[in-house]
Amino acid sequence: MSEVAIGKESSEFKKGLQAGISIGIGYFPIALTFGLLAKTTGLSIYESVLMSMIVFAGASQYISLSLIAYGTGIVEIVLTTFIVNIRHFLMSTTLNEKCEDDTLGNKMLYSFGITDETFSVAATKDGTATTGFMLGLNLLAYSSWVIFTGVGHLIGASLPQTLQESMGIALYAMFVGLLVPSLKKSSKVLFLAVLAAIFNSIFTLGGVMAQGWSIVVSTILSAVLMELIEMVKAKHWGVNDEK
Amino acid sequence: MLTMKSEILWMIIGMGLVTYIPRMLPFVLFKGKELPPFIQGVLKNVPYATLGALIFPAILLLQKDDIWYGIAGAAAAFAAAFLGANVIIVVLGSITVLALYSYFL
Repeated sequence: MSEVAIGKESSEFKKGLQAGISIGIGYFPIALTFGLLAKTTGLSIYESVLMSMIVFAGASQYISLSLIAYGTGIVEIVLTTFIVNIRHFLMSTTLNEKCEDDTLGNKMLYSFGITDETFSVAATKDGTATTGFMLGLNLLAYSSWVIFTGVGHLIGASLPQTLQESMGIALYAMFVGLLVPSLKKSSKVLFLAVLAAIFNSIFTLGGVMAQGWSIVVSTILSAVLMELIEMVKAKHWGVNDEK
Repeated sequence: MLTMKSEILWMIIGMGLVTYIPRMLPFVLFKGKELPPFIQGVLKNVPYATLGALIFPAILLLQKDDIWYGIAGAAAAFAAAFLGANVIIVVLGSITVLALYSYFL
């Protein structure tokens, strides 16, 4: 009996690793560049790798480098990091509804690895996200991020420019690959994505707010608006096309 | 310890804490499935809205001075995904299209 359970757990872990491959590919050029930039900013290889190991959040790590270069104080850097990464609160709240019931300890362990990318993969996956799946997914993404930070610092050079530039599409292409299958099935998904894309474009291009906030605000606005529309539809016409 | 400036070390620890807390807190605060139905409905919408916001406008601005670069990449990704390609194929296909784009244009 317990053997069966272990077998299932390890195959879930494997499925998580597999689902993490596209994230691993996407992190490769970004982590490599981070390692390189950290070196030119004056961080040692230990400091650079330690930052990737402990923080594990791309955008805020890049921002911290430019702030260090400006000579900004620690408190401001930590505060900026908090503001940039607060969007994960929304992502974890969402995932918490989808994740398998488990001990708080396990949840606290894999919650460390929730990024825009791991969230997107787990949240759009069919069925429940098991603990094994979450651990496999996050471990693959994390390993790519940490290892290639070190490699970038060590070799002190980035990929050939053409390749580096074209690999910049990787994570966005992954988001597209995750979104489109659901979008083909439901006009609600299409509407949600388009709405949030429009809000986010207006907010960031119009300089209304910084990117970190803009993603959160656009997401919440669209998600709430959609839910209100569904409610009104259900009330007035008795229509409910929720799946 | 290793040759590390203690200031940088404290900065890293601080950054790690303020990043981990928002990631972990919802799992501690909520058990899941106990929030009001309206909020649960909103949370079900979140992944698709997030994806829309993560993709646009960033994908179009991959190269600030050449919007066609981003448009080409986005078109390749959407085309591959619409044809039912698996995510890794979508990723590798888009990279290839953009590599060819820079090579020939």
